Amino acid sequence: MWSRRQGRLSTLACGVEELRCRRREREAALRKARREQQLVSKRLLREDAPEEAGGQSAAVLLGEAEVQQFLRLAQRGTDEKEREKALVSLRRGLQHPETQQTFIRLEGSMRTLVGLLTSNRALLQLEAARCLHELSHSEQSAVAEACLPATSYLLTYLSGHSSEFIELCLYTLGNLIVESEAVRKQLLPQGIVPALVACIQSPHVAVLEALGYALSQLLQSKEAPEKIIPSLLDSSLLQHMLRLMQPGPKLNLGVAVEFAWCLHYIICSQVNNAMLLSHGALPTLAMLLLDMAGAAQRMDDAGLELQLACPVFRCLSNLLTEVPVEAMGEQMELRDERIVAALFILLQFFLQKQPTLLSEGLWLLNNLTANSPTLCTSLLSLDLIEPLLQLLPLSNVISVLVLTVLCNIVEKGPAYCQRLWPGPLLSCLLNTLVLSDIEVVGQSLELLQLLFLYQPEAAQAFLQQSGLQALERHQEETQLRDRILALQQTAIHG
Amino acid sequence: MLLPTALYSRLAGAPGAAEPLPVERNPAAGAAPFLFTPRLVRFPRDHEFFEDGDVQRHLYLQDMLTQVSETPEKSMVPEFTCQVAGCCQVFAALEDYQHHYHMSHGNTCSLCSRAFPSGHLLDVHILEWHDSLFQILAQRQDMYQCLVEGCPEKFRTSQDRKDHMVRLHLYPADFRFDKPKTNRGPAMPAAADPPARALKDDSDAMEICSEPAAPPPCRRTYSHSCLPGAIFHSCLDIGL
Repeated sequence: MWSRRQGRLSTLACGVEELRCRRREREAALRKARREQQLVSKRLLREDAPEEAGGQSAAVLLGEAEVQQFLRLAQRGTDEKEREKALVSLRRGLQHPETQQTFIRLEGSMRTLVGLLTSNRALLQLEAARCLHELSHSEQSAVAEACLPATSYLLTYLSGHSSEFIELCLYTLGNLIVESEAVRKQLLPQGIVPALVACIQSPHVAVLEALGYALSQLLQSKEAPEKIIPSLLDSSLLQHMLRLMQPGPKLNLGVAVEFAWCLHYIICSQVNNAMLLSHGALPTLAMLLLDMAGAAQRMDDAGLELQLACPVFRCLSNLLTEVPVEAMGEQMELRDERIVAALFILLQFFLQKQPTLLSEGLWLLNNLTANSPTLCTSLLSLDLIEPLLQLLPLSNVISVLVLTVLCNIVEKGPAYCQRLWPGPLLSCLLNTLVLSDIEVVGQSLELLQLLFLYQPEAAQAFLQQSGLQALERHQEETQLRDRILALQQTAIHG
Repeated sequence: MLLPTALYSRLAGAPGAAEPLPVERNPAAGAAPFLFTPRLVRFPRDHEFFEDGDVQRHLYLQDMLTQVSETPEKSMVPEFTCQVAGCCQVFAALEDYQHHYHMSHGNTCSLCSRAFPSGHLLDVHILEWHDSLFQILAQRQDMYQCLVEGCPEKFRTSQDRKDHMVRLHLYPADFRFDKPKTNRGPAMPAAADPPARALKDDSDAMEICSEPAAPPPCRRTYSHSCLPGAIFHSCLDIGL
């Protein structure tokens, strides 16, 4: 869908600067909504596009009589084309929230629409489906709930063959799912999981992307861990999802993005992560990471790679925490240094395109290295320490993450520290000590302690480079005091 | 961030890693007042660490959904007629024809020419309408299977099945299970409201275009044409 429709983006009347400004506004609105736990809301899903003068899809306000007339014409007109046109007019009207209200208040209107949706006039069906799709966009729950009678039919159609129609049904379902718990409650007993299992075997990319979207909305609902994810894991849906995320010539990025998000919600729910591990989710995600790094290297179109990276990082990182300690050594991914190579190539890519993703990537690096002597060694042997240090100044969050990864390496003992000495590490640490953020300084102190312990020459050099003065700056800080004292002692007395 | 050039070739190289350096910990490491132990960190879904990524995801969805709502351009072609025997519909756009073909001729019963929304429903129809063994068995045991895929329940009669679907699977009570079909006789109750009549005409109109080869050798009851689902009328003729 993405590539298919990108070419049809209408040119907006505003300039580049205005677009950027609007994007910042949208971001701010979304941030606020997330903090208020309102991110999963329809209102935010569909951006209010500016009204274009004479735009062909301008919403039209229709009165009750007009709605009735269009419905009647669509249902009983003699000429096929006329019936279709009536529905098109109705659809334009339904883009307007007031028309939507008028429609749902009209007795029998939904029945008529559903009747047209399930008629055997293919084109009327399509137009009726588009009308329903318009209604599903409404921000008012009453309108979404008025669409309830249609859901069993929408589900039945998912097993059909008309890909455009199925796509429309899926997006409609996805919208209804977001808006109304009443709809979600109905969908499970109506058989949404088997319907999706049938549908996910479609060869059509657009259908799969739409399915992924609808599923991601379902999985994001607050009752998902309790009510939805268990049924999903009982079905074969997971295997299909993982199949569609396998790298290779058949991988479609738009599709993979949606299922990666689905996987993220499933993993976070912790309903049965052992099952995900046994189905090979970890190797699939790791291979995907390698694949993405390869694409980033070739500087392919960044858009979808960026979209895919975020959920893949999260899935890998959180899933790693679920690997039982005994099984750690057996996981191939944790013994393949290509994964850290891939991660760094991606980090560099994000540095240019999407710096906000850096922290998530570094979090993954922490989880990869914390208990892995192999990967800590890889960071050393692949010369990745200097690039890591280059990230230090970017932000406090990033500093803490970088320092934590360095601690992961250094705490493994003298063999590891020797490889860091001599080197830029100490001067970087002296720089971080100048900062005021307590967490950053605190993590620096931890690193220093380990370094002094396993590499005594570092303590010497620290003294010579005015390290003690750097420490003194933070002496009064309650959270840092004890550690500073201890370090001062170690530095002076060895 | 400057990466060593060898990194790129490493990515393209074979799986594996250098032998890990020996781990040798001193008990004083991370001892009080120090805190550090290496540990994996898990973030729950709503953690603020995920804020940036979630916002980006939403921006992406907003763009995507705006595009989905746009009516796709159709590939217009000179008018042509559907080539399926008995079908007389005319089309001027390929997408329309494709949709029509799938919906009206896709899952079609070769014995009675009825079209169904899915292969599953077609299979059930053939079983319940065209399989004489089914008829025999149905007299002695529960044969009418629930139409929701994955539900194992079977019933003695189609009415029982319908009740089950309405009660348990929350199908609308007027979901068309009963057939309104081809008998246009005076038996039709006057209760049918105008919209219903129109739809019934519709399904009959379709029948005119694709006359069933022979009437199905199974019982029919005539019930008044209720609202939704002319195509469902035909496929759910299986419940009678």
